[in-house]
Amino acid sequence: MKITINGQEKTCAAQLDIAALLETEGYAGKLVAVALNGTFIPKSRHKETILNEGSAIEILAPMQGG
Amino acid sequence: MPLHIDSTILQSRLFLGTATYPSPEILRQSIEAAQPGLLTVSLRRENAAGKGQKFWDIIKSFNIPVLPNTAGCYGVDEAVTTAEMAREVFESNWIKLEVLGDDYTLQPNPFALLDATEKLIAKGFKVFPYMTDDLVLAQRLAEAGCDILMPWGAPIGSGRGLNNPYALKILRERFPDKTLVVDAGIGAPSHAAAAMEMGYDAILLNTAVAKAGDPVQMARAFAQSIDAGRKAYRSGIIAPQETGTPSTPLIDKPFWHQEQ
Repeated sequence: MKITINGQEKTCAAQLDIAALLETEGYAGKLVAVALNGTFIPKSRHKETILNEGSAIEILAPMQGG
Repeated sequence: MPLHIDSTILQSRLFLGTATYPSPEILRQSIEAAQPGLLTVSLRRENAAGKGQKFWDIIKSFNIPVLPNTAGCYGVDEAVTTAEMAREVFESNWIKLEVLGDDYTLQPNPFALLDATEKLIAKGFKVFPYMTDDLVLAQRLAEAGCDILMPWGAPIGSGRGLNNPYALKILRERFPDKTLVVDAGIGAPSHAAAAMEMGYDAILLNTAVAKAGDPVQMARAFAQSIDAGRKAYRSGIIAPQETGTPSTPLIDKPFWHQEQ
């Protein structure tokens, strides 16, 4: 199925959860926070949150800021 | 007396931004020189190469409290979601809430700011609102539960200094017990000192150091000016007068009353 990660379209397996997505995409163990379709998904819910066709995922990390 | 925010003692009244330095090494040296009380940070899209992780390693090494921001947000929902993500990543409920309303001046949107502040306080955040210098907005934010107010000096990155010293003075007078921070628009150390002499509790700046010819020296200059401004405020600055008053005693001056 098709999803977008940080604005870029990707194809992934159906029934993928957020924890598995982070693993597949190389974010495992990194300090990131995730939002799904504009809603924050805390780490404690990554495993139970299943992605759907068209899901928009934001993966954010610490960055310079003023 | 050092500045406290909740139970955290801040080592300086300079809050330093971490963006737009010429290199990570200059950022590191500037932090070293400034010894700031707080470092502001942000969240951005991460790539698999982990550029954010490297930046975070530099910041963590200083053991200085961080203040995450919601920079660049224009909508309430976007700002609230960014704050929630920042809370998880930085393990802190502090948030510099920036909700912009105009892309020419980067002026905060006062209505959206108040709305987002109420939502975030309800979710347990300690909100540091980046705001205009409007008195009534400050009152509403205080009523919403803000202990800290961060009026702008001038538009972000403009270096104009304190555009409206009168408004800033009135805020200080009307909110003697709030922690007041001038955030944004500072260009020169004298701007920061002027705000501190008014009784502001701290100054948040970024561009004035990051874009200086020599950011490391400028970081040091700001640390000194903010310290000087605070000491001056605490020492009681004399009231200006219209006429001159001799500072050297006239009594026993040579040739005193020896008119012909």
